This record gives sequence, C-alpha cells and structure tokens, in this order.
Amino acid sequence: MTDFLADDFMVRALLAGLAVAAIAGPLGSFVVWRRMAYFGATLSHSALLGIALGLLVGAEPMLGVIVVCLVVALILGFGHRRRTAILSEDTLLGILAHGTLAMGLVAAAFLDSVRLDLTSYLFGDILAITTSDLVWLYGVAVTVAVILGLIWRPLLAATVHEELALVEGVPVQALKLGYMLMLAAVVALAMKVVGILLVTSLLIIPAAAARPLARTPEQMAVLASICGGLSVFGGLAASYIADTPSGPSIVVAALVLFICSQSVLAIRKPR
Amino acid sequence: MPGNTDTGVLVKAIDINVSYGGRSVLHKAGAEVRAGEIVNLIGPNGAGKTTLVRALLGLLEPAGGTVVRRPGLKIGYMPQRLVIDPALPLTVNRFLALGIPRHAAGLGRRRAVLEETGAGQVADSPIQDISGGEMQRVLLARALLRDPDLLVLDEPVQGVDLGGQSELYAIIRHIRDDRGCGVLMVSHDLHVVMAATDHVICLNNHICCAGHPVTVSRHPEFVALFGPTVAAELSVYHHEHDHEHDIHGSVVPLHEDGGGNHHD
Repeated sequence: MTDFLADDFMVRALLAGLAVAAIAGPLGSFVVWRRMAYFGATLSHSALLGIALGLLVGAEPMLGVIVVCLVVALILGFGHRRRTAILSEDTLLGILAHGTLAMGLVAAAFLDSVRLDLTSYLFGDILAITTSDLVWLYGVAVTVAVILGLIWRPLLAATVHEELALVEGVPVQALKLGYMLMLAAVVALAMKVVGILLVTSLLIIPAAAARPLARTPEQMAVLASICGGLSVFGGLAASYIADTPSGPSIVVAALVLFICSQSVLAIRKPR
Repeated sequence: MPGNTDTGVLVKAIDINVSYGGRSVLHKAGAEVRAGEIVNLIGPNGAGKTTLVRALLGLLEPAGGTVVRRPGLKIGYMPQRLVIDPALPLTVNRFLALGIPRHAAGLGRRRAVLEETGAGQVADSPIQDISGGEMQRVLLARALLRDPDLLVLDEPVQGVDLGGQSELYAIIRHIRDDRGCGVLMVSHDLHVVMAATDHVICLNNHICCAGHPVTVSRHPEFVALFGPTVAAELSVYHHEHDHEHDIHGSVVPLHEDGGGNHHD
C-alpha cells in the first residue's frame, strides 16, 4: 500500500498534507467551537480574489491570499459589531463569500490561463507541490502552531464566553484578530492541498470527527490533527491507486472517518 | 479620576446615557456600590438594567457620563446567560480553571468554592449536561474564585427553582458577610430584593428612585412602575411590625381595610 511513496511528488504531497492537517486540527477545533464554519468558507472563497490580485500586481499570489483574507476577516470581525445592524452575520457572510469569489473569477479573466490555472486553485493541486512550496508551508504551519500554543488558554476562555473573559482581563479583541490572522494563513495553506472550494472541510470535518472521542479541548485538537493526517494519507493512497482527484479524495477520506466516529457515538449513547 | 474621596466606593457610574439606533436605553442613569453593600437593580423588562451593568463593567462605552472604578478593583462577574456549544468538550472543573491564572487554580480550591455555592456534585460533569440551576451556582463559583472585591450578578437566580432561589440568595448574603465584598445584582424577585438588600435602584430608562428598600417601595414612581398591588404587598411585607401608616397617597391601603387585594 505504501509503494505510492516511491514517487518523489507523492512524498512531497504527503509531507504538505500532513503539515496542513496537523495545524488544521487545533485551528479547526476552534472553528467548530466558535461556530465559524461559514466564516472559514467565506475566507477561502475570497482567496481566489487574492490570487488574481497578487498575479495582476506581480506579487506572490499567496501574499495576495493572506491580504484579501485578512481584509475580509477584519470586515466580518470588526465591521459587524453594532447592535443596530439590520443584516444578520449569516447574510453578510453569504454576500462576502460569493461576492469575493465572483470578483476573483472576473479578475482571473484578465489573466491568461498560463498564469492562472483556475482548476488547480479551485480543487487543489497537492501533487504539484514543490520543495520550495514545502519550505514556506512548514514555516507558516510551525509559526501558527507556536502562536496558537502561546495563546491557547486565553483564546479558549474567550471562546467559552467573550464578556466573561473581558471582565476577567482577557484581551479578547486582540486574540480575535490573532485568531483570524492564523485562520487566513491556514486557509492559504489548505488551499494548496484541497483547493478553495474544499478548504473548510479540512478544518471542520476532522474536528467534528474527533469530538465524540475527546473529553478535553486539547484531546479534541490532537485527535483532529491525527484524523486529518489519516485522511491525507488515505486520500493520497486512494488517488494513487484508483487515479481519483487527490484533494476531493482526502475530503472523502475525512468524511468516512467522521461517519465512523459518529457511529461510535451512536453505539455508546443510544438515543 | 479626581474627586473620589469616598473610601469604600468600589464603583460609581454617573449620568450614564446609552442609546441603540436612536432609541435611548439609559438616560442619566447611575449606580454606586460600596464594599460590604448589596445593591439591587430592579425594573421592568427593557429598562436598561443589563445595559447599566455592562457600562459599570466597562463592557460598553456609554455615549455620555462617567464610570469610576477603584484602581485595581477585582470584579467577579456572573453573566445572565451562558450557553456553551456542545462541540466543546469541557468539564465544570476545567471551566472554573479558565477564569483564573493557572497558579491560583488549584483543584482543591476549586472544589471548596464549588461546595460553597452548592454545586460540588457536578465538578466532573460536562458543563453542557448540568441543569440551569447548577449552572448558576457554577457561574457564581467562577466569580468567587477570583477573590473579587465586587461581585456583579446579572439575574443570579434565573432558572433556579423556588427553594434554590432563597438558598442562592442566602449564599450571596453569606459571601458578602464573609468576604466583605460589594455586590451588585439585577433581580426580578421583588420580595427577595426588599428582604435582602441594603440599597435598591429602581430603573426604567432613568433612575426612578433609589434608596433603602422600604423607602423605595413607597415611592410613587415605584408604585407607578410595578402597580399598587405589588407595592402594597411589599409594603405590608415590610410594615407588619411598624404602624406608621404614612404611606404615599391612595396607592397603598392599610392592611386592616377591606380594599386590599394583598391579604393572604
């Protein structure tokens, strides 16, 4: 089964996938706890606009992704605080997700198809990952992991109840900003692996699969990483053996794990 | 801030104005809490009680007015509602530990405080599995673990059964007696308010009246707000042992007359 690792590009793909899965575990757990699944989807949809803008101005596309994701995160996180808002956050997310995706597609039309391979961005191109891709991918993943480790406890307190944490002296706004920054960075990473349309799945499916097996927040985060890693491994193996598209195969593998863990829950606690 | 020479004043809000979308929620409202004092904020739904509490806590910036907090004031806050997503695996114990610095969060201490508020039995339960009444006790324990100078309790007995309510109020009084902290609470149960409070602030967008519970229950604005029946019941409740019937206007019947709908 592991003979697919005989190819260098498969090894690189696996290394990239495992790094993303490892960081998506804890960060995705927060997405689930904070009910931000649609927020994550909105960030990833806006990523295409970042890529197109990056290429248009001649900058690194990934930089464009992080900048655009950040702007969207700021609009959502801090522009929508007033109690007088007449539109729900849900509506605003829908508008931003599809508005930015459409803008991205329009912007992409100004670029020739050699410079922007739309399919690879929408559905991921993990098999095309280069060694230099791997270097910055690991750089970002380790940075995010370290920061998350440092702010874990206060971020958890702010997640449980924002105002209670504020009264207790937790710098909630700064943490929120930091968390959104990290999420934007990880969305940019995960996009390489499963593509814009499937990024959120890599954040929330492993975390959701880990939930029934976890008794503490930390257990859930670690189990989510493991679950994500298994999905990457299984998806890549399937893609090698059956020649299926690798990004979607990874997500299908995660889905299978999720269904298994839900069954565990159903057996343990019959309702 | 200058001018705060009153010793013992923990927090003081003066002339607070807050409006949401053009609708005034608070107009020149204020409150003051001293160490060892239980202050109760009452008023109808939508009167701005929680808004005033949030301004006192610094959770919202009022459009007008000043809030003065004693420097270094430690506040234990009990929010009105706390719903934790079932996706977050968290025991009561861990929830309590999140509220205090790691070094102060000893397991023994957490258990002791949880026993004090009467929720010792749920220490290891997932926090989503406990009842509303147990949750209120857990929240009170979390506030207490901070060794607060000021306890701020937003409807502390919400979701608690009747027996539990008076027990919880007794615990709060006991905490005050024991630790000498100030207590500011928002409450609906007027009977308890009148019985167990040093100072009542009756709020309905503005301060209707404030003072000792007995004084407040006689105040015409209080009577207008809660109706003569309630006012009468409360007055009777308080005055059965004193016979100064100088109650305001026509609102409060004497308890020996026949017009009373307040008799048991």
